Amino acid sequence: MTKEEVKSVLMEIVAEIIPDEDLTNLKGDIPIREQVELDSMDFLDIIMELRKRYGIEVPEDDYIHLATVDSSVAYLEPRMRDL
Amino acid sequence: MDYDVLIIGAGMSGLAAGIRLAYYDKRVCIIEKHYRVGGLNSFYNRGGRKFDVGLHAMTNYVPKGVKLTPLPKLLRQLKLKPEDFALCPQRMSAIKFPDKTIKFNNDIDFFVQEVVDNFPAQADNFQRLLKTIFEYDELNLYAKPISAREVVSSIISDPLLINMVFCPLMFYGNAQENDIEFGQFVIMFKGIYCEGFARPRAGVRQILDVLVRKYRGCGGELKMRCAVKSLKCANGRVESILLENGEVLTADKILSSAGYVETMRLLSNYDPTGIEDKAGQLSMVEFITVLDKQPAEMGHETTIIFYNNSDRFDYRKPDQLVNVSSGVICCPNNFQYENPLPEGMIRITNLANFDLWDRLGKEEYNAQKAAWLGTSLNEVIKLIPDFRDSIVFTDVFTPKTIHRFTGHINGAVYGTPNKTKMGITHLENLFICGTDQGFLGIVGAMLSGISMANLHVLQKG
Repeated sequence: MTKEEVKSVLMEIVAEIIPDEDLTNLKGDIPIREQVELDSMDFLDIIMELRKRYGIEVPEDDYIHLATVDSSVAYLEPRMRDL
Repeated sequence: MDYDVLIIGAGMSGLAAGIRLAYYDKRVCIIEKHYRVGGLNSFYNRGGRKFDVGLHAMTNYVPKGVKLTPLPKLLRQLKLKPEDFALCPQRMSAIKFPDKTIKFNNDIDFFVQEVVDNFPAQADNFQRLLKTIFEYDELNLYAKPISAREVVSSIISDPLLINMVFCPLMFYGNAQENDIEFGQFVIMFKGIYCEGFARPRAGVRQILDVLVRKYRGCGGELKMRCAVKSLKCANGRVESILLENGEVLTADKILSSAGYVETMRLLSNYDPTGIEDKAGQLSMVEFITVLDKQPAEMGHETTIIFYNNSDRFDYRKPDQLVNVSSGVICCPNNFQYENPLPEGMIRITNLANFDLWDRLGKEEYNAQKAAWLGTSLNEVIKLIPDFRDSIVFTDVFTPKTIHRFTGHINGAVYGTPNKTKMGITHLENLFICGTDQGFLGIVGAMLSGISMANLHVLQKG
């Protein structure tokens, strides 16, 4: 996957987990949780969906890399490059 | 068979945990010793009628669109829609003590006004209490338990108001005698006064059907009439699970909703020292009456009344079979349904003593059920229109019934007062969810299963 595809996959997952939030103006460099209502349970579901759909394992210590959209894409891109 | 996770008990917490785990592709099996799901919140048929065991009302009701409160959170986590539970909000409930009545509905501002009207001298104090409640992080699993009586009486100076505020919170989810842990108090306060009551027209079956269907739809396995005989322990973990039918299962992790002491008793190397005295003591009796007319036709339009007819308010194990001086009067008809329920019904709940009920022989047991039904009715008709001539059917369940349905020692409705908030035990792969983990009520139970599945299984990869 390209960076753009990784980003669109991520946004698709977030949109499904928090369907009633408006994501159109989400800024890439600010933590997602500061911009929309996404609690720790919802955050866990992003990790779980990545595993369920793409077999990507994000260890607990790496959760911090998924704070913003940009950092998520940077973290996921090498792991999803061959998908 | 080998599973990723084995869940003991198909109640609200076990089913919710099961949905989370099965949805995220864990090989999960729930084993339930009863022939019916639900545990404390189950249902039964008698005389051609359907009855609920636990559910009077679901707490934490918020209309569709409200976010961030427990109910929408759990719907999101279980991948369910608000419509799935088909919740209908209450009409009006009340707390009735001698000389004072505080009404409440699902609007916190109305409740605050009721408190202020009844206790004008406490108006500022009550605002301070609300501020304390809203600033407290009740979901922090690491918080040290503190006494709600201590916190609240340092703010509110009228003991009558304190007892009136405490009464519904006690009856709807407190395992401790006379006091309540402050975090638990905040959870219940928000769930009952700030959010509110609702009920599916079909009762608890609606909720359970949705959960079971979702769980099975995600590929989860459910074994009914299947009890655990023993959990074989070695090297600080549960190595295998022996069932009553002789079958042996293995699982990486075990989530038990059977209760803390109840789960410990299943261990092959069980040492009762320091464990047995943790068992809860508070149990209840419920008198269910079916009426030949709608209660509203008799002028009874209240949904739920929490009452205390005595000078004291005692929330503790009574010294006799039943304590009728305080209790709960629930009218399942008085919710905002589109169509009324086919028959009228009034349910009365009182505190009861398990040991005394357990000691009775069969004939005496039935005689006492009938006698206490009469005593309890005499007490509640001081508060609502006399409906005794309209009764066409009655049923009574006692602490013994609760024990049989839930397996809780002493028929303790809300389990042990010593909650295991983190859900951990001395065995590395055995975890506690449900009543004894510490989130109570139906919504709390489901959140407990979700939280423990997240914390101990999903986050661990």
